[in-house]
Amino acid sequence: MIVTPGFKVFRFFGLAFLSIVVLVPLYVVVTTSLKPLADVQGAFTWIPSNFTIKPYFDIWETVPLAQYFKNSLIVTCSATILSVIMAVLAAYALARLRFKGQRPFSLVVLSTQMFPGILFLLPLFLIFVQIRNASGLQLTGSYAGLIITYMTFSLPFSIWMLTGYFASIPKELEEASMIDGTGRMGALFRVIIPVAKPGIIAVAVYAFITAWGEVLFASVLTSNDTRTLAIGLQAYSSQQDVYWNQLMAASVVVSLPVLIGFMFVQKHLITGLSSGAVK
Amino acid sequence: MTLNVLPPASTESGLPEEPQRSESAPLRPARKKKRPSLLPYGLIAPAALAELLIHLLPMVLGIWIAFITLNQLSIANWVDAPFVGFQNFVNGLNPNSSIGAEFYSALGRTIGFTIIVLAIAWSMGMLGAVLLTTSFRGRGILRTLFLVPYALPSYVGTIAWAFMFNRSDGAINHFLVDQLHLFGGDRPFWLLGGNSFWAIVIVTAWQMWPFAFLMLLAALQNIPGDVYEAAALDGASLWKQFTRITLPMIKPANAVLMLIMGLWIFNQFNVPFVLFGAASPKEATLISPLIYQQSFSNWNFGLGGAMSVLLLIVLLIASAFYIRMVLPKPKPGEED
Repeated sequence: MIVTPGFKVFRFFGLAFLSIVVLVPLYVVVTTSLKPLADVQGAFTWIPSNFTIKPYFDIWETVPLAQYFKNSLIVTCSATILSVIMAVLAAYALARLRFKGQRPFSLVVLSTQMFPGILFLLPLFLIFVQIRNASGLQLTGSYAGLIITYMTFSLPFSIWMLTGYFASIPKELEEASMIDGTGRMGALFRVIIPVAKPGIIAVAVYAFITAWGEVLFASVLTSNDTRTLAIGLQAYSSQQDVYWNQLMAASVVVSLPVLIGFMFVQKHLITGLSSGAVK
Repeated sequence: MTLNVLPPASTESGLPEEPQRSESAPLRPARKKKRPSLLPYGLIAPAALAELLIHLLPMVLGIWIAFITLNQLSIANWVDAPFVGFQNFVNGLNPNSSIGAEFYSALGRTIGFTIIVLAIAWSMGMLGAVLLTTSFRGRGILRTLFLVPYALPSYVGTIAWAFMFNRSDGAINHFLVDQLHLFGGDRPFWLLGGNSFWAIVIVTAWQMWPFAFLMLLAALQNIPGDVYEAAALDGASLWKQFTRITLPMIKPANAVLMLIMGLWIFNQFNVPFVLFGAASPKEATLISPLIYQQSFSNWNFGLGGAMSVLLLIVLLIASAFYIRMVLPKPKPGEED
């Protein structure tokens, strides 16, 4: 695009507006997390008059944050890994092989993405109760139930995006490998997966973000021992007397892993999207 | 990465397949007579199983729930809960009953909510995407910054807004009332009454627009630059270039984006749940939180089920359009 002086002015104000919209809440979170309790219990101030990092230590006592962290990490990492493996395999089949039932399968996978979680929540809960009654396998209140639920949540988008990504890889690449005698699966692992790494990373990040922030199912499927960060902090935030500075400190702490991971892969995410999903 | 670990289902059907495949590879001209392979089924099996257990089975069971009496007492042994026919629908979805009226007004409100949030989020995303496709110093930093609300866990963003909307010591009332002296010194409630609807609009739009930005940025990068140069040489203004080149060229990606975002917004649950808890103010009750409230606060699962079935029908109709637009037609000559 050819940039005119008028456009430069427009660009400046446009970007300033968007930056302010994004930054104000982030600024409030960070500055509040550095204020002593007395300063957050009265009227709000934009510029903190006293700095302290005490909230970052106190919050681990106020709520069992370490326990929540452990639970969230176990559930989210397991769900992400499983979801990526399943999506890679299914997307490869959809992009490269032709088989009966291909269209119905994609149709079902795509359409589940549009239904609200609330439709599945109660029936899923009942199925888990029934599985426990029948086999003793504990899926409510345990990690396992939440893991299989979360891994399925990110599947539709992941499969869809990776199918587009795989389809854009020239077929000659894996044909050469198959002539060398590697077979289909060999070609998938030696050729396709390395080439499609940006797309796969983007999908993994998507799955991680989805599971890390999920609230609805965690509110019903977790017990006191398996509470995730999302539910733990949500429950604390709705109490009568909230230590907002500590809650904001916790918010910073739980967001950092996701934000850092996201910064590293955001480039891949955009490349992945532009060669996969968007086409 | 972990991708070397195959789930058992696909290893079983994948491995025996390999020798056969590599033998047939040199015979490629005769490929048409290839026997139907089990490999694709092995590959989709894990995903298909997960979808079956977590999505399909519950959906079928969800319809059944709408026809039984299910409450705290019968839930432990729900298989034997009494069948009541259309009773739940008659009780709950009759527009003249109070619960029914609530359902329909929540449905209408959710549609309005979806349109407003989609319009705001799309416009902001488009603005950001168009501005960041031009090059200037600091572009990379701004791109990262704009994606932060999307990368941030949804509940964290919402908790931050909950604090800002706080009536007595929140940032918003401090700014509007103490600094700009609006509302004649009266501090408005943001999380109660009519304003609560606008609170969820603002928070949802804040969280959603980076997704529009991300998808539109990716779509814009696929437009070759010389198209714009040619248009500029012909004297087309920037606005003309936007409406005549940019918008038409990203139309397919845009349609998909609008539908996905529209559905996410329509199904919104996190923002009201974190802002208000299980029971939203009546001016801000969206459809998902309403069903949650009926099921898990009022313990009337049958009614929640009946509402879900109705919602399912609405979404199924919408999904017919969605799939037609998103699913690529069977590709002729793509494979073999």
